[in-house]
Amino acid sequence: MSQKPLLEVENLRIDLSIGDTKFPAVQDVSFTIGRGETLGLVGESGCGKSITALALIGLLRHPLSIGGGIIRFDGREIQSLSPAQMRQLRGDRISMIFQEPMTALNPLSPVGRQIAEMFVLHKGASWRDAERQAVEALASVRVPAPERRVKDYPHQLSGGMRQRVMIAIALACSPDLLLADEPTTALDVTVQAEILDLIRDLCAERGTAVLMISHDLGLIANMCRRVGVMYAGRIVEERAAEDVFRAPSHPYTSGLVASLPLLGARARQGRHRLMEIAGVVPPVAAFPAGCRFHPRCRASTEICVAADPEVTLLPNGGSVRCHHHE
Amino acid sequence: MLSFIVRRLLQTIPIILAVALLIFVMFSVIPGTFASSMGDDGRGMLDAQVMERMNKEFGLADPVYVRFGKYIAQLAQLDLGMSFRTRQPVSSVLADRMWPTLQLSFAAMMFSIVIGVPLGFIAALRPGSIIDTVSMVGAVSGLSVPKFWLGLLMMYFFALQLGWLPSFGYGDGGLRYLTLPAVALGVAPLALLARTTRAAVLEIMNADFVRTARSKGMSEWRVVQWHLARNALVIVLTTIGLQFGTVIGQAVVIEKLFAWPGLGSLLVDSVTLRDIPVVQGAILLIVMFFLLVNTLVDVLCAIIDPRIKYT
Repeated sequence: MSQKPLLEVENLRIDLSIGDTKFPAVQDVSFTIGRGETLGLVGESGCGKSITALALIGLLRHPLSIGGGIIRFDGREIQSLSPAQMRQLRGDRISMIFQEPMTALNPLSPVGRQIAEMFVLHKGASWRDAERQAVEALASVRVPAPERRVKDYPHQLSGGMRQRVMIAIALACSPDLLLADEPTTALDVTVQAEILDLIRDLCAERGTAVLMISHDLGLIANMCRRVGVMYAGRIVEERAAEDVFRAPSHPYTSGLVASLPLLGARARQGRHRLMEIAGVVPPVAAFPAGCRFHPRCRASTEICVAADPEVTLLPNGGSVRCHHHE
Repeated sequence: MLSFIVRRLLQTIPIILAVALLIFVMFSVIPGTFASSMGDDGRGMLDAQVMERMNKEFGLADPVYVRFGKYIAQLAQLDLGMSFRTRQPVSSVLADRMWPTLQLSFAAMMFSIVIGVPLGFIAALRPGSIIDTVSMVGAVSGLSVPKFWLGLLMMYFFALQLGWLPSFGYGDGGLRYLTLPAVALGVAPLALLARTTRAAVLEIMNADFVRTARSKGMSEWRVVQWHLARNALVIVLTTIGLQFGTVIGQAVVIEKLFAWPGLGSLLVDSVTLRDIPVVQGAILLIVMFFLLVNTLVDVLCAIIDPRIKYT
């Protein structure tokens, strides 16, 4: 194993084309993920976290495209690989789980076959062998009676079961990196915990690194050691997970943490009104000048309107993008 | 599976009865009878007593509901009655004319499927390309052009000017005679199929499961082959089924134009002569064929799509 990180993203920009104009939906996004590490990416809907993941796996489609920056995977720049070269990585070394297990599987194809495709595509297996491996893959995601389940169609399975199938597909080839885009958002709370445990256990077994995308801070804190907080196409703060909760540095992160309901022991220390962040994420075409958070920020001053804050390194590791960081 | 098919076929019986009633009422409302239409050829009206005797003989003197009751009782015994004109059983008249119509409709549908579906596919895979633009403009034109006018144009160019194909008639029933009417009849369903296929493929292209397929590292061709084609097929098949019915109906115009001896031209002649049993028989036959094709399509869709329950 080399000492270099598995994935390095430097100044990634993703453009949204509207007519002839290009708007940066994601800008100056940089992060690294080490082998076997789990990085969390949080933010509100529309902040650019999902398209960042799609860019990493090369699945951005018109009107979105990579506008600049470098994506280095295992020491190799992949942002400008040919479609054929990218296909070899996709599924085999980088794979992805999507938010909606209800629609992410082909309704006309038995789930076993949809898993088996991975072995046929990347391992050169025959269909017969691949189908047998699909049973094992289904067993590994703790689906009961896998030898019968492989013949089922997606509509015969529950949401949780379908997401297990998706995980089986994504991890079939033991990839180096798994992109999990809100993998539990569409599921019941009890099922959520099972699915997260499953992802954590299986990735630990395989040494698979995970980019866990969610709008749920609690989930991220549970799963990840490091967290990137995204706002309006930028990473505004990147820290160790416990630091984010204990001492958030960016006003946006503070707002997110303050808007979490407190349960159990912490709640008994006194009744708190749940905090909120006023306003909504601006649309891509109308990102404000200066700091993109300033219209919603309690701490904003003139400089926030005038100048775009640079990335500041924090003393105990991590970074923040704010003029008034704590 | 078998019970599904049987059930689907039984479900068509009420539809057939409703159609029978509709035709029956329609032809009792419009003026004129077989006897009165015999005077339309310019030789003057028949004698009133003769007309009355003929009406009585054909059972046209009874009230409508009595006649309908008798007709349904006949139908239940699979008897379509006698033709007023030829005095032959309607079933044998229809049997002679059915084959050319089926031949023409099948040929027209084949023509439209073989060209329309691939065209729609290619257009959808390359949206905005020259093929896409040209074929979709062509499709709109194909849908808008009146069939008889197109038929006349084709007669003029391919038969009269170029002399490649016979201009009309059934001849030996071979491909040479079949080509012009089948193409004229097939252009509209071709255009519709191309558009439907394109829309279906484009919609499925954006489906989540196609994105999943891409995330697996499949080539676009594999995505089409393994995931897209079957999903599009369900939609395309349904359209083909519905178009089949339309084509048989529209064959009336084309058959008349090309003097094709099918159900369509029989129907037109029989309506003019008020040969009601033949008209009713012919329409019922067309409706039954339409229902049969659509039942077949439903069964095929149920085989392809596991979400459709056999109920």
